[in-house]
Amino acid sequence: MTPVPSPTQTAAPAAGDDIIVQVSGLSKFFGSRCAVDNISFAVRQGECLGFLGPNGAGKTTTINMLLGLVAKSGGAMQVMQLDIPRQQQAAKRLIGVVPQADSLDPDLTVEENLLTYASYFNIAGRTARARTAELLDFFALANRRQEIIEHLSGGQRRRLLLARALINEPRLLILDEPTVGLDPQARHLIWERLEILQQQGTTMLLTSHYLDEVEHLSNRVLILDHGSIVAQGAPSQLIKELVGTEVFVIEGTAAELNALEKSFKQCNAAMERVNDRLYVYTQEDCSRLESLLKNSRSWLRRPASLEDLFIQLTGRSLRES
Amino acid sequence: MNYLRFRTLWLRNSRVWRKHIMATLIGNLGQPLLFLLAMGFGLGQQMQTIDGLTYLQFLAPGLVTSSVMYSAAFETTYGSYTRLSLQKTYEAILMTPLGITDIALGEICWGASKGLLSAIIMLAMLPLFGVWPSVWTLALLPVLFMSGLFFAACGLIMTSMASNYEFFNYFISLILTPLFLFSGIFFPLQTIAPRARIFFELLPLTPIVSLSRMLCYGQFQEPWLLKIIGSLLLTLLACWLSVILLRRRLIQ
Repeated sequence: MTPVPSPTQTAAPAAGDDIIVQVSGLSKFFGSRCAVDNISFAVRQGECLGFLGPNGAGKTTTINMLLGLVAKSGGAMQVMQLDIPRQQQAAKRLIGVVPQADSLDPDLTVEENLLTYASYFNIAGRTARARTAELLDFFALANRRQEIIEHLSGGQRRRLLLARALINEPRLLILDEPTVGLDPQARHLIWERLEILQQQGTTMLLTSHYLDEVEHLSNRVLILDHGSIVAQGAPSQLIKELVGTEVFVIEGTAAELNALEKSFKQCNAAMERVNDRLYVYTQEDCSRLESLLKNSRSWLRRPASLEDLFIQLTGRSLRES
Repeated sequence: MNYLRFRTLWLRNSRVWRKHIMATLIGNLGQPLLFLLAMGFGLGQQMQTIDGLTYLQFLAPGLVTSSVMYSAAFETTYGSYTRLSLQKTYEAILMTPLGITDIALGEICWGASKGLLSAIIMLAMLPLFGVWPSVWTLALLPVLFMSGLFFAACGLIMTSMASNYEFFNYFISLILTPLFLFSGIFFPLQTIAPRARIFFELLPLTPIVSLSRMLCYGQFQEPWLLKIIGSLLLTLLACWLSVILLRRRLIQ
């Protein structure tokens, strides 16, 4: 097993000390458009909060407000008891960020990228070099130490961005689409590393459009739409409460689907028609109705997922504002 | 040493610069040296002396200031804009304890440093052309660095307003080139009618050119102190404005 970077251990938390991020009544207007509408949430020590929502829902705006890159229009934010934006500089010493867009220094080598970033945190040379070596090992980049960024693969760049975010041993790690555009092997390697960090108690705030990723990593999700929180809780519990246990996806003609829809009413299920497809979200075991599907063009039965929940809460229409 | 945090960005830029050192030096020095050669040697042969200086001697200190102006301004336009947009360097830096002021100061000081370096190399090469600077030239260096700060801050102001690289054509064609031609580098401003001359004297490069000529040859003319103080105030104003505009650009 790869050696792990030193854990972000903290002393036994005092009362209220286990709240890492506290956001209350936060709003942001761009002109007259409301991007974030009076939201409140908290992230607790050691937790991974999945931050979900369609494009334009307000996720990135909220994260940028936490980082002081967007000025809030109203409300209050605290990161580790530090008031944002007033004590932003102090807060940023305790935060690591993996941005959505690659912002590595293309002219510098892998190692120089980390050392330069360490200097922004005023980390002393010797400590920075030790930490750099440790992180390159952890993210399987040690053999690319002297490589120019241009020559790295997409997965290696993402790993380096992660390593860079950890250079200051942050207590809070903010991950904005950490595996976007990567192949499955590269994604799994990143997940594996994130899980190790989680076990060490690093608190995370994760946004991603890959809902399997969020389901995999998050203890709790928060779904935003049109600037408001539409649901929050543990993924499995939310899915069970708001979607159901299983999903049938059935294809057929309108007449066939009409008939099926009637039959499925015997079972505790919600139904949705999309073109020539019928989606049945069951609240109880409806496997006894499977015999009705013998003549269908095609059908499948699968466990309800976060994706079903997401679509249910935010709709099927495209968000391309 | 909180207020010195900007030095880390300066160090980052110098680390990148060391990898492309030849290309940037030739880019910054090529133009002023070619001008010195063509105008000083070529044209200068035909001209009489100005204030007791040969045309080559008259020209050289002004061209040194122009190399400061161009190196500093190009660094904080094309260079900074690349870091702002393409490379997202500022975005990455804003995730760290460094703020907008640190970024602006780091960039401006870096631009001024490159300007000063160009000036030092040019001054060191003047004896090759038969022009020998006086010991007072050492006192010229801080003045040139200040001028570098001013033009770097102006460049950063442009960068804060730019939406693409083409935008800098305005800056170069409408500001830098006229300053290069009309700040008394190529001809003495004394020959211009007094009323029009005030306008030329107030151009930001003009006092630097005349200070440069004074210190280069150790001949002082009033009001040299006023020129230094005026340039200093203008530099502070430009720096202040660049921080404000950069903040407006980066923080929504």
